Amino acid sequence: MSPVFDNLDLFVEGFLTSLGICLVAMVGSLVLGVAIAACRVSPVPPLRALGAFWVTTFRNTPLSLILFFCAFGLPELGVNRSFWFFGVLGLILYTSAFVAEAVRAGINSVPAGQAEASRSLGLTFGQGLRTVVLPQALRTVVPPLGNVIIAMFKNSAVVGAFGVGGDLWSTGQTLTSARGLETLPIFTGVAIGYLLITLPAGALLQVLERRVAIVR
Amino acid sequence: MRFRRTTTAVTVAIAALALAACGDDGDDGGSSGSSAEPSVAETPDFEAGTTMARLADQGTIRVGTKFDQPGFGLENLDGDVEGFDVEVAKIIAGALGIEEGDIEFVQTPSAVREEVLEGGEVDMVVATYTINDARRERISFAGPYYEAGQQIMVASDNDDITGPDSLADNPDAKVCSVTGSTPSENIREYLASDDQLVLFDEYSQCADALGNGQVDAVTTDNVILLGFVSESDGEFKLVGEQFTEEPYGIGIPKGDVAFCEFINQTLADNEDAYVAAWESTAGQVEGTETPSLPEPQPCS
Repeated sequence: MSPVFDNLDLFVEGFLTSLGICLVAMVGSLVLGVAIAACRVSPVPPLRALGAFWVTTFRNTPLSLILFFCAFGLPELGVNRSFWFFGVLGLILYTSAFVAEAVRAGINSVPAGQAEASRSLGLTFGQGLRTVVLPQALRTVVPPLGNVIIAMFKNSAVVGAFGVGGDLWSTGQTLTSARGLETLPIFTGVAIGYLLITLPAGALLQVLERRVAIVR
Repeated sequence: MRFRRTTTAVTVAIAALALAACGDDGDDGGSSGSSAEPSVAETPDFEAGTTMARLADQGTIRVGTKFDQPGFGLENLDGDVEGFDVEVAKIIAGALGIEEGDIEFVQTPSAVREEVLEGGEVDMVVATYTINDARRERISFAGPYYEAGQQIMVASDNDDITGPDSLADNPDAKVCSVTGSTPSENIREYLASDDQLVLFDEYSQCADALGNGQVDAVTTDNVILLGFVSESDGEFKLVGEQFTEEPYGIGIPKGDVAFCEFINQTLADNEDAYVAAWESTAGQVEGTETPSLPEPQPCS
């Protein structure tokens, strides 16, 4: 493992870059995914259509293609931002579709009577969703959402191939190809880096799940 | 609808690029077949126990090369690899009495070049392999057979970047290269910060990013850049002098001095085939000069 310890500073830098990408993409995809789920169950047909279109498009397109269209398609349309921005954007678009479906499953699990009761109390659709339905729905979706988010953390390795320099995966590539270090220990180090992100995330999820669980 | 239309436009653009690339490969393939074939030795005689004797006996050789490097090693639609590296490998195989058809080309991306030699999966690696001391600790090099040099390519209307030294003066300028390549490492010392460096898997992606203004410069070995310049219809240009020396060597298992000396001798004996190999492959790109065989480095 000495090739890893000799380049520990690069690994730490790569780890922090990857962690940053993961956190920003996590927040972005959760917010966007909940919004899309809200669209999918809304009483307004155009919003429902938008939600369905969104999920169909981004759930059924390979991540690498979404990233490609972000990194090479958007600049053709005159959108010139950093590749970091495009990479995180692609990750958020892709993951938001899965988040939306997980959240929608949760919403459907809340008995219809709850929504009806909130309507009869005079709450609007949005208020009812925000204060009555979603709080109950989100508790049930912690495990599937955790799945989606952990998968997204691992997917973040793909953005390294689209110009986002300095993440864990690219660091491993640089060390093995350009500097000729041994592949096995370097990529073991890269794997440990990703485990350092995903394992604590899994543990956090378990704590969260216990905290919000409804005693039935 | 707007989204659909733009998607189609991008898809068409990709398809056009792919077709353009295919067209060029076809041309290269046609000419490399017709020009001077490397000669195959009739009954070569080697000292028993050497690598040469073993390879000549078995009548086959496994060569690691790149499958995605235009001009040096590029797989065509028929599944054959073409390029200067491939032709050099054929010259060496010929001297061992091995026919072209008995050479097995193994795809060897940069990251695994040492591994495949150490693991004995190939007999030699000819894959735009820059000789350096870090690599010498794990394998040995014959050659060099070519001296490349790194240069910088920018858009034709860019007058701010005039060479590597002007990159630090333009700290917002982005430079593109390939992940894990020697040029991507060499350029770092010229940059104001690592944020200026953008890395992709292939140089063609760098060229696309330069075309749509996402990056301001592309850097790698000049012979690769010349290929993009000649295909760009005047959109790209090279600036500044070449600022590194990249001697391409032939990777062989560590310590096989006899094999190394044999390869160097073979190249020296076949200079006509060497020139023909260049002219039918990388030399087809406008603006390249036919190299002469560099002085071999001592075998170790």
